[in-house]
Amino acid sequence: MVNKDLSVQLCGLRLNNPVVPASGTFGFGLELADTFDLNVLGGISLKGTTREARFGNPTPRIAECNAGMINSVGLQNPGIEALVADKAPALRKIYRGAIIANISGFSVEEYAYNCERADACPDIDILEVNVSCPNVHNGGMAFGTDPASAAAVTKAVKAVSHKPVFLKLSPNVTDIVSIAKACEDAGADGITLINTLLGMRIDIKRRQPVIANKMGGFSGPAVFPLALRMVYQVAHACSIPVMGCGGVRRAEDVVEMMMAGATAVQVGAENLRNPMVCPEIVAALPGLMEQLGINSLQEIIGIV
Amino acid sequence: MQKRLFTIESNDPVARDTFRIVLRTDGPVAVRSGQFVDLALPEFYLRRPISISDALPDGVVLYYKVAGEGTRVLATMPAGTRLELLLPLGSGFHPEKCDKAALLIGGGLGVAPLYLLAKELLAQGKQATAVLGFNKADEICLADEFRALGIPVLIATMDGSVGTKGFVTDAIAAAKPAFDRYYSCGPLPMLKAVCKTLDAAGEISLEERMGCGAGFCYGCTVQTANGPRRVCADGPVFDKEEIQW
Repeated sequence: MVNKDLSVQLCGLRLNNPVVPASGTFGFGLELADTFDLNVLGGISLKGTTREARFGNPTPRIAECNAGMINSVGLQNPGIEALVADKAPALRKIYRGAIIANISGFSVEEYAYNCERADACPDIDILEVNVSCPNVHNGGMAFGTDPASAAAVTKAVKAVSHKPVFLKLSPNVTDIVSIAKACEDAGADGITLINTLLGMRIDIKRRQPVIANKMGGFSGPAVFPLALRMVYQVAHACSIPVMGCGGVRRAEDVVEMMMAGATAVQVGAENLRNPMVCPEIVAALPGLMEQLGINSLQEIIGIV
Repeated sequence: MQKRLFTIESNDPVARDTFRIVLRTDGPVAVRSGQFVDLALPEFYLRRPISISDALPDGVVLYYKVAGEGTRVLATMPAGTRLELLLPLGSGFHPEKCDKAALLIGGGLGVAPLYLLAKELLAQGKQATAVLGFNKADEICLADEFRALGIPVLIATMDGSVGTKGFVTDAIAAAKPAFDRYYSCGPLPMLKAVCKTLDAAGEISLEERMGCGAGFCYGCTVQTANGPRRVCADGPVFDKEEIQW
């Protein structure tokens, strides 16, 4: 087999491969450090972080679905200072790939403050701004479902950041392209999509929602075609790179996302089902590339 | 944590809606009492977290209740079926913190993890008494197994069909067993009653709907005296002082 090149260029950073655990499905990386060698991962997107520590939503926070799951964790996190002083430096000690800080907020000012703090942390490579969390009120998704709001957040965080800034967008919108374009026009360096779809389950014996917060974010293999479609639309409408995310569970899905236009591919819910899925995908990619006649993954980005 | 394939050796009903499943694998298995496995079922997206009731050199014994679609499917699986498990998960009980005599208090299927704990306590030369609570006689399981270890067993049933009529706390009040530390697993109201009633040091095992089962999705967090704690990774066993009732 010819030596396969799995590396990709993302905003001037070289990732060893495009596989990145998605925010919220991999903790701060450290939780999995004893399970496998994290250095097989192209990057790691850390748990969404707000200015203050948050407990998050009451339990149950998890509901099973056909080919997927709903979560309503509600941005439980130790706060931005713990991220920059503790979590990111601890991960950097054992991990050489791209460390992606996922930044949340409840106001434009908070987004900017958190990004400024993360930008100043030498252990963080990329800022991923989450304007798409469906599980908190007056924040998150409210900023990502309107082009003007998304642009306002982008402008504010770009003004205080020197590192590449990705905006993580919500699929719960009518026109994803207009929001992605608004972010690009406001200076975003890249787009991550999709976050979860707002969903719900009811326990028919108890006659009440399964999730304590009633609704939550639906993810898993069932959303893959929808995510792929949005990645395709945004990658072709924008000239900034896209990290594709949504329902990815195997090497074939990674190649498909990249053909649709993704430069890197995030793996989310599948980590919860199989904590080893990311290293398994990375290990499977060279053989799949051989079958498909691909020598370099970089070459297939957006070829469809 | 490891991901390993196991084979069902047996999977039999032992009480109403309650099954005992024996799983074996290639090579040694190292688990402690209070830990659990996360079991993958074909056709179901999330795994099923199930506490470990006994440890075999190359396997585990689990008890589960048929409560939903997943456990209904599990109950139909014959010997020889292969299942993928994540294990060992969770913190486990601390038998070494018991001085001389332990009280093991289980409610319903909460009795299951106390069996391995009883064996660990006995191996450390300590005494144990088991207090097992059920709704009715047809739910009783593991009582004979505890007796076979040579430890006293107190039973409480809500309908009074076997043992003390009422709660485990009623059985404890009636028999007044001697103990310096207790360990408890079962429904939340029972755990609360146990913690409010008994003055001795105690550990309780909590249950919560889980996502990953291994501490990185934050799907099963509870608020404790020590801040937010993940039931799957920081627990499921907690000191009684940590729990905010």
